[in-house]
Amino acid sequence: MSMIRKSENRLFDKIMLQSNMRNISIVAVLLVSGAMPALAASEADYNTAFAAADAAEKEAASLHNRWTSTEAGLAAAKKAAAAGDFDAATASARKAEALAKASIFQATSEKERWKDMEIR
Amino acid sequence: MRVRTVLTSAFAALAAAALACLAASAVAAPDKPDPVADAKAFKKYFTDKFPKVKLEDFVNGPYSMNEDMHKQWEEKEQFPPYEFSLEAGKEMFGKPFKNGKTYADCFPNGGIGIRQNYPYFDEKEGKVITLELALNRCREANGEAPYSYVKDEMASLTAYMAFTSRGKPMDIKIPNDPRALEAYENGKRYFYTRRGQLNFSCASCHVQSPGERIRAEVLAPALGILNALPIYRSEWAGMGTTSRRFVTCNSQTRAVPLEPQSDEYRDLEYYLSYVSNGLPISGPGARP
Amino acid sequence: MPSTIRVRATANGDTTEVQALIQHPMDSGFVKNAQGQIIPPHFIQQLTFEHNGKTVFLADWGPAVSKDPYVKFSFKGANKGDDLKISWADNKGATDTTTAKIQ
Repeated sequence: MSMIRKSENRLFDKIMLQSNMRNISIVAVLLVSGAMPALAASEADYNTAFAAADAAEKEAASLHNRWTSTEAGLAAAKKAAAAGDFDAATASARKAEALAKASIFQATSEKERWKDMEIR
Repeated sequence: MRVRTVLTSAFAALAAAALACLAASAVAAPDKPDPVADAKAFKKYFTDKFPKVKLEDFVNGPYSMNEDMHKQWEEKEQFPPYEFSLEAGKEMFGKPFKNGKTYADCFPNGGIGIRQNYPYFDEKEGKVITLELALNRCREANGEAPYSYVKDEMASLTAYMAFTSRGKPMDIKIPNDPRALEAYENGKRYFYTRRGQLNFSCASCHVQSPGERIRAEVLAPALGILNALPIYRSEWAGMGTTSRRFVTCNSQTRAVPLEPQSDEYRDLEYYLSYVSNGLPISGPGARP
Repeated sequence: MPSTIRVRATANGDTTEVQALIQHPMDSGFVKNAQGQIIPPHFIQQLTFEHNGKTVFLADWGPAVSKDPYVKFSFKGANKGDDLKISWADNKGATDTTTAKIQ
């Protein structure tokens, strides 16, 4: 199985490698944004994308598991839309949605896994 | 170690469902929490990992992990950067509220030498009460506006109260109340659960990698990690409370922090303090 | 107003070791506040330690020195009981001075 991930820093890599428990390469979801089709986005496209991202983020909030990067993505989407750049706005919104969904996945999948790390 | 690659949200949903099935069958019935055994195992883990460090020295965090840093700490203690905050705290603590009462009226022993008993579980309220929370409640009960949990005033006050308890062993109690046990377990769960886009739990750094570096900083061991708080951090160029540290640790893993003194944070402080019982209060502290 | 200078000077034979902690924001002028405005530069420009009218340590500081600076140095030629005078002046024209006994 190939491991696709974005290296944040050496310690993160080390922890990912040294961890003696199963863990999920959630960060790989970021690559979704790279596979977007290159069509001009309309305001309607942006609104749809933002609504989806916002809904996902609200769910993450209910799980007490929002990511700062998702919030940044939503803010960037809003800013680009306000400036009329719906291509960038839609891309940001889609990326934010992917991040929000990953954070929801993390909240549910990590719920029991903490016991693997517990000192006993 | 198996690593799964997640590509789309649909795949994620599938995987989550599959995982839930696996988890349900693999996980044994939940153990009854045994804080005494936990604390023993916790101490053993760190003393085994660092056999040359004396138990009481774990409270100095990164400074006990590294010979060079230890020398720096000794020098720092001769002229500690938290002195100004500590003096301000002493003054604030002694100054009466508008109604004539003082902080001493809210606390046992006039608030002197009691820091090691916090947090405690309040059986009437059914929740964990931390020192910061108690201080703000004291203010509000006496007609004063509460302080921000992450700014200088709270840091100065808790610095003074910690100072009056210096050397006293951490002494957290878990009463024979299922709600107290639950709060303890909540805190433990929070500590070990991965969060944020960087997918770190508190344990990722402070249990798996103490003494190692994260970028330019040396990581502190989780044992005794709250004993030195509040701390003057060179990084902050100022004093910071326990609340501030929890908030920034969250944002550093790219998790949106919770509100200071929210239930999870209080429970986390309860757990971390309990497993460090017996180690001396060393606050206020200084860190890089 | 309480002094911004904490100092401890200890004589050991013919060497005196001096440590000082000075309370000062030392704003570099490069940092923005929460509203996005630059916090104006406010830092100590000159720090002087004098013994018997002679300058034993002189620092010309700028924005690179952090908040609440700590200084440690040693010098020769002083005795226990002598006076050590410390003064600083910042870019806004504020000053502070204190005198400590060498112990």
